[in-house]
Amino acid sequence: MTNQEYIESGILELYVAGSLSEAENEAVYNRLLENPDLLSEVLNIEASVIKLTAAVSPRDSKYLFPAVKQALGLHNAEPKVIPIDRKPRNNWYTYTGWAASVLLAGGLIWLFNQKTTLESEIQTVETELNQQLIENQLLEEQISKAQVSLEEAQKLLSVLRDKDMITVPLAGQAVYPEAYAMVYWDKKTNNIYLDAQGLPEPPRGKVYQVWSLTLNPLTPTNLGTIDSFTTDENKIFTISNANASEAFGITLEPAGGSASPTLEQLYALGALQSAP
Amino acid sequence: MQLDLLVSRFQERDEKAFETLYDMYSNSMHGVIYNIVRDCDIAEEVMQDVFIKAWHNADSYSAKKGRFFTWLINIARNAAIDKTRSKAFKNSKKNLQAEFFVDILENQDNLNSQTDAIGIQKFVKKLAKKCIEVIELLYFKGYTQKEASETLDMPVGTIKTRNRNCIKELRTMLDVN
Repeated sequence: MTNQEYIESGILELYVAGSLSEAENEAVYNRLLENPDLLSEVLNIEASVIKLTAAVSPRDSKYLFPAVKQALGLHNAEPKVIPIDRKPRNNWYTYTGWAASVLLAGGLIWLFNQKTTLESEIQTVETELNQQLIENQLLEEQISKAQVSLEEAQKLLSVLRDKDMITVPLAGQAVYPEAYAMVYWDKKTNNIYLDAQGLPEPPRGKVYQVWSLTLNPLTPTNLGTIDSFTTDENKIFTISNANASEAFGITLEPAGGSASPTLEQLYALGALQSAP
Repeated sequence: MQLDLLVSRFQERDEKAFETLYDMYSNSMHGVIYNIVRDCDIAEEVMQDVFIKAWHNADSYSAKKGRFFTWLINIARNAAIDKTRSKAFKNSKKNLQAEFFVDILENQDNLNSQTDAIGIQKFVKKLAKKCIEVIELLYFKGYTQKEASETLDMPVGTIKTRNRNCIKELRTMLDVN
């Protein structure tokens, strides 16, 4: 298609109207790039359409442009010219200004330093306060512990001083002759207080088991194992005993205890001085 | 200044270029919008919005897609049609006269001082109805050639040549050749 035929087809008028498809628009655009006479035809079509459409407008709209600019927040078109005064002004202003700046800067630095110092002081005080708090807590714990210990001691003392208390010393046996223990038997409450301070630490996996014995015939009754031997501080254990015991023995048994005492591992044994 | 240079400056947010383009197209846009909303003040308001929109969306214009004027007139038509669909507009203007742009031109006493206006008025009086319809649909209403062909019930090819001849007449009248 020659350019003249292209023009005559009426496609350029539709191009200006915006009635073509996107693909057609691009095709026209590419052809315009290569053919200046086609472009000038487009410009003429455009000019006539602009005039026709503008003629329909009842008022001239040009005066509205400032409003558009204002709506867009654009600057005024006419830039204000600020005259530059080249004569040096009174130097006093300059010097005073500089002096003020230096003073201000100095003041700011001083303030900043003050602030930093104060902040670090506050931090130190806070740290100290925290330490004090921790120390106070430790102290409180110790006091409460001591109170508990005192109570226990007083209780023990009252047990030992009780005139009805039956005291049974248990002597070390062949397996560990240095061992000893004491049993305080409170028959009113059916409790025995076993002082096992004189027993060695049981090896791992073993526990002491306490037995109540009758002598004729020799019959052991299990009073239980002492599982908390290692952790208990005063090594005094309260065990309930409602038996008519004539003697007490302590054996070393595997963890969990045994049904009958392992006599080869008898650590301590003691009989009541006089049968009740 | 070359138009494409002006447009690319505008796209770079050059205010001077923006003003030049505004001067070139604002009355045209106002005419197109006025033909749709038929209220001079509302048309001015919409026209300003069109240029504000154009400034904000300047980047979305690409010469490949068409003429800058075409891009702008498209925004204007859409904005005007949107306006006529708004509730406030419907309440104030219940009946839009179903008139063509020529009726405005014929009834306009105070045509703005453009020298061409008188020529256009003459042209419009001489213009055949077939031209009025085609120009109304394609330029003022933004119909595609297919839509225009369906509305006027004639083949696309006929629309194309008829429109070409009508614009040719207009150009002769305005001496734009």
